Amino acid sequence: MASLRDIDARIKSTKKTSQITKAMQMVSASKLNRAETNAKAFVPYMEKIQEVVSSIANGSKDASHPMLVSRPVKRTGYVVITSDRGLAGPYNSSVLRKVYQTISERHKSPDEYGIIVLGRMGSEFFRMRGMNVIQELTGISDQPTFDDIKGITSSTVKLFADETVDEIYMYYNHFISAISQEVTEKKLLPLGSVDSDKASTLYEFEPNQEEILKVLLPQYAESLIYGALLDGKASEHASRMTAMKSATDNASELIGSLTLTYNRARQAAITQEITEIVGGAAALE
Amino acid sequence: MRTIKVSVVTPGGPVLEEEVEMVSTKAKTGELGILAGHIPMVAPLDIGAVRLKTGNNTEWVAVSGGFVEVNGQEVTILAQSAERAENIDIARAKQAKARAEKRLADRQAAIDAHRAEMALKRALNRLDIAEQQH
Repeated sequence: MASLRDIDARIKSTKKTSQITKAMQMVSASKLNRAETNAKAFVPYMEKIQEVVSSIANGSKDASHPMLVSRPVKRTGYVVITSDRGLAGPYNSSVLRKVYQTISERHKSPDEYGIIVLGRMGSEFFRMRGMNVIQELTGISDQPTFDDIKGITSSTVKLFADETVDEIYMYYNHFISAISQEVTEKKLLPLGSVDSDKASTLYEFEPNQEEILKVLLPQYAESLIYGALLDGKASEHASRMTAMKSATDNASELIGSLTLTYNRARQAAITQEITEIVGGAAALE
Repeated sequence: MRTIKVSVVTPGGPVLEEEVEMVSTKAKTGELGILAGHIPMVAPLDIGAVRLKTGNNTEWVAVSGGFVEVNGQEVTILAQSAERAENIDIARAKQAKARAEKRLADRQAAIDAHRAEMALKRALNRLDIAEQQH
């Protein structure tokens, strides 16, 4: 059996760890709150842009734009959203596993796909496996603004526009609730049918539909990426919060059982001392 | 005079929402003024100012592109970034201007000249509008 001192040291170190995980849990909880607020602030913009895109795309058949048309696929782009830091439970591993499996199923050579990765964890994962990363962005803040990621969203959309890739998928953790997130695959480009719940209005176009689609569709596609990032951030904080909560729970359980062992060992030592004293006294008589 | 509801929305959230008499903007095809009762319309915007007029009062908002949508009852301006004149960060805009100018001057470096030009335009627009308000 471990000595009293050893057990005591383990209890102390476990207590310290649990203090840290507890603090991280609370930090993540407040970050989750802010992330949810950001995601909510984004909703009006998204809804409005969707409404306009759908009313133009559905309103007339002669409005066409390369982003609305599927073309033969020679190369596929994958946008993968991960975090910069670990300790977030299965947050990164689940999305990376899904992307890895999909790519190895669909493609035989690295020329057939390209990865656009956000977050350091994903970037390291793909680089280590020698996969074809075209673009990456790391060091994204916990509350990203649109300006922070504008560079990568516009260059991603440009990859499709200049036919470097012929379709783009997005992979990220969709936030369902604080305890549940789901890896989601979403086709970004070409844009399929865009539906909006609101009744579509018939618009006058200034100067014409094509000019408007040229401005509108890239902006729409970029905002889809931003939306996915906000969703991913909320999931990241939620996932980290849950992971840290279970770490804290495990630590307190461990402390409980270690304390029990410690007390038993202390009791045993005392009993032994008494026996020794009694034995010594009996020998003197 | 009749008023029309106007809202400016960006990915970061709504920038403003109010009732005004006239919205005038710079569309890609030229200056565009919108009064209450305008027919439904969509037009892409240039980097420029949106002026919201109520009586003698004019409010300036800087927008970086995007488009304007009129659906009969209200005007919505959707832009990737927009600020009210009083919220413009002048120091930051000046920095952005200096950076863009430097990039444009230094042609050897493999940079996207188009992007630098756009950045310069946005910075100048912000500075112009911030000045208008004062």
